[in-house]
Amino acid sequence: MARRLLKLTVNGRDREDAVDDHALLVDHLRGIGLTGVKQGCDAGECGACTVLVDGEPRLACITLAASVEGQRVETIESLAQNGRMSRLQAAFHEKLGTQCGFCTPGMIMSAEALLRRHAQPSEREIRAALGGNVCRCTGYVKIVESVQCACAAAAGA
Amino acid sequence: MDTSAESRVPDALRERSIGRPTPLIDGIEKVTGRARYTADLPSDGALVGMILRSPVAHAVIVAIDTSRACAIAGVRAVVTGQDFAAPYGVIPIAQNEWPLARDRVRYRGEPVAAVAAVDRETALAALAAIELRLEPLPAYFKAADARAADAVLLHEKKKGNVERDVDHAFGDVDQGFAAADLVREQSFHYAEVAHGQIERNGALATYEPERDRLTMQSTTQVPYYLHLTLAQCLGMDSAHVRVVKPFVGGGFGHRVEPLNFEMVTGALARAAGGVVRMEQSREDSFLTHRGRPETDIRLKLGMKRNGEITAVDCEIVQRGGAYAGYGLVTILYAGALLHALYKVDAVRYRGYRIYTNTPPCGAMRGHGAVDARHAFEAMLDSMAEELGLDPIALRRANLIVPPYRTQNDLQVNSYGVPECLAWVERASRWRERKGTLPRGRGLGIACSHYVSGSAKPVHWSGEPHAVVNLRLDFDGAITLLTGAADIGQGSSTLLAQVAAEVLMLPLARMRVIAADSALTPKDNGSYSSRVSFMVGNAAMRAAEALLDVLVNAAAKKLDVSPADIEWLGERCVVRGTDRGLAFASVVTAALVDNGPVTVKGTWSAPPETQGGRLRGAAVGSTAGFSYAAQVVEVSVDQDTGAVKVEHVWVAHDCGFAINPLAATGQVHGAISMGMGQAMQEETQYHQGLPLSPNFLDYRLPTAVESPPIDVHLVETIDPLGPFGAKEASEGALHGFPPALTNAIADAVGIRLTELPATPDRVLDAIVAKRRKDRLDATRAES
Ligand code: FES
Ligand code: FES
Repeated sequence: MARRLLKLTVNGRDREDAVDDHALLVDHLRGIGLTGVKQGCDAGECGACTVLVDGEPRLACITLAASVEGQRVETIESLAQNGRMSRLQAAFHEKLGTQCGFCTPGMIMSAEALLRRHAQPSEREIRAALGGNVCRCTGYVKIVESVQCACAAAAGA
Repeated sequence: MDTSAESRVPDALRERSIGRPTPLIDGIEKVTGRARYTADLPSDGALVGMILRSPVAHAVIVAIDTSRACAIAGVRAVVTGQDFAAPYGVIPIAQNEWPLARDRVRYRGEPVAAVAAVDRETALAALAAIELRLEPLPAYFKAADARAADAVLLHEKKKGNVERDVDHAFGDVDQGFAAADLVREQSFHYAEVAHGQIERNGALATYEPERDRLTMQSTTQVPYYLHLTLAQCLGMDSAHVRVVKPFVGGGFGHRVEPLNFEMVTGALARAAGGVVRMEQSREDSFLTHRGRPETDIRLKLGMKRNGEITAVDCEIVQRGGAYAGYGLVTILYAGALLHALYKVDAVRYRGYRIYTNTPPCGAMRGHGAVDARHAFEAMLDSMAEELGLDPIALRRANLIVPPYRTQNDLQVNSYGVPECLAWVERASRWRERKGTLPRGRGLGIACSHYVSGSAKPVHWSGEPHAVVNLRLDFDGAITLLTGAADIGQGSSTLLAQVAAEVLMLPLARMRVIAADSALTPKDNGSYSSRVSFMVGNAAMRAAEALLDVLVNAAAKKLDVSPADIEWLGERCVVRGTDRGLAFASVVTAALVDNGPVTVKGTWSAPPETQGGRLRGAAVGSTAGFSYAAQVVEVSVDQDTGAVKVEHVWVAHDCGFAINPLAATGQVHGAISMGMGQAMQEETQYHQGLPLSPNFLDYRLPTAVESPPIDVHLVETIDPLGPFGAKEASEGALHGFPPALTNAIADAVGIRLTELPATPDRVLDAIVAKRRKDRLDATRAES
């Protein structure tokens, strides 16, 4: 099995790890302790593994770790800073955008990517941006409300 | 002694712990990614467990040769059915499943052998090296085929492959039909559906050979059944087993019975003498299944001109799959819950649960009653049309007045259907809009109900239905210990709220430790929406017991009688004086002589709620029925058959909303799951091979097509529920499929009798209707 050294910026820190050539990004990230990255399906069906690669949402379960060499990877673990949850995290917590929580990290990362592009998206845009993140618990109502609440908080800040 | 009691908080201003939207006490872990689910548990050096599945749907196992697999370097354990001491099954009288098949395989994908190896590649190589010799048997994928006279029996002594048939009749059914002004009969067909919880199955088993002890962490809704079943299947003393539930990513019934992979992981850990991690794929979840069965229903209703139902005659056949599981409960629920929503005085029910060579069905949100509710509500709608009655008025003609005893001996103590109907009628602007919308757009209504916990648990042992412990120690923190499994519904939060409310203490003082058999009292598990009602009641009583201890301690310290203590939570005072104690001082006083305090609260469903004496009567019995009504608005594309849900208005009678935030969220989830089943979800098989064991082919609703859902919680304050609360997570599901098809009928005049309402089915019905309309028109002309 061929291995290589992989350089990535993970959650703001440069690191270099030995990985298998065929290692998936989801396994690599979980392997270095970032278990907030979830896997809910067998390949690219549910969005639970969504992380940001150079700011864009990416399904880590169908991304070869080697293919993002040198890029910036962000996971759910990067959002809370100095013991403070990000606006999205706080909103998902307070508005019950999370029930069982399994889809939540991926959902929040997709929403994060959207809000970076677009600070005040319409409901339609929110739903479209989250269209690849499946949630079985919430019917999405409170997820949409959570994202809207985070936008309102940002606008008010 | 603290005597400054200047601020006595009037009750009205006190910050209450119940009845206010409360974020989950474990929500921060979930949104920050810190929550550890089974797959996230640290386990350095764990072996990788994997399962070999049957390639055929029905066969005799002639031999399983594992010798080549065992010889592979890095393989630490190989197990087969012979390594288990006993079969299992959630119903004590129907245990016919082995964790790994013995003697026969009965569905394609049934586990037959398993390995534990140092890594995934080695485990895969070991699976490939296992030789199976199977002698094929005829296989049956449809209930009708399995029932054929010459069909091979899947299980001994189950004639006609009927696992359970039910023949119940209440009241004078023939007389009821004779008294009717309108009698109609209709057949319906429902696809099999699956839970689709987003977390995949997995288990982490640690075996300590020196002590013969097993610790199991798993994706379970019922740690206690799992505990019992592990001991039974592995032939271990249950005292040597510990079951811990980590965070669980949803269940919806998939995990309310012990599942084969859990016992297999335990057996592998024991055989390997160490730690085994089992990660199941999404496809494995579909094969493990336990979903809602494919169902055929024939329903006949009799009705007076004013809409009053005079008689019900219903026959239901469920394709149960290869093993018993919850099957007999499912087929009983389907009949039992024909009652208790409306006043029906004459009901005949025949139910057949059939063994087939497909993955075993089980309990799924709305257990047993969802498909029957569709048939019922769909016929109410079409008969209302024939009688020229408004569908809401028709339902109003059949309301129950509580307290009410149904014909099948179920007890209704609170009943919010009138309020639910009134709200959805108003909110959807039913009166102005129904019948006036443009063609292609429609409104439909349906009612539904469900139990708040089965009043007779599956394992009837004479114990209380629920037990909660509360601990108070020197630090003044109150720890609530419960076996109840929070799987995302927010039960731990709710229990903390209940205890905090009784003690009048802030929620922040509460900690919850849940579902660890070494620490927490046994709980029957998170199924049939029992936790809020039953465990909530136990939490309330535990808190009352603790309050008693605290008040007595304060009284002793202040040298007054307990009756003179006015308890205010963070402080207490001697009634009518300024003398008092801060909470910390009360805690110190309470520990004098006795040390840290542990109290217990228990609750049992009163006997009159536990159902009648008939065989099977316990199923459907509950201490509190929830009720719901909903209006669904759709638009239907008449060229493609595509249906879009524009809006849902749903009112749910949850008795009292202890946590309105979570209760609303539960209703949203129920509607969403009902919508998936009604519109698109369908497990399909080809010769027993699943055709859609993934989320691309088995498509759950996404954010894009999911509608706005307006929820109204009706609070009828149930006399037995904790603070009047009943369940909130299942009752509304049942109403969605019929409200949808009734709305489609309103929009384009077709009445679907087959679900899901996929575009092809809708289009076929539209085309058939057009043809019929044309034919009728031509006939009228000639
Ligand atoms: S885990 Fe990556 S899409 Fe499902
Ligand atoms: S919160 Fe459970 S899947 Fe989304």
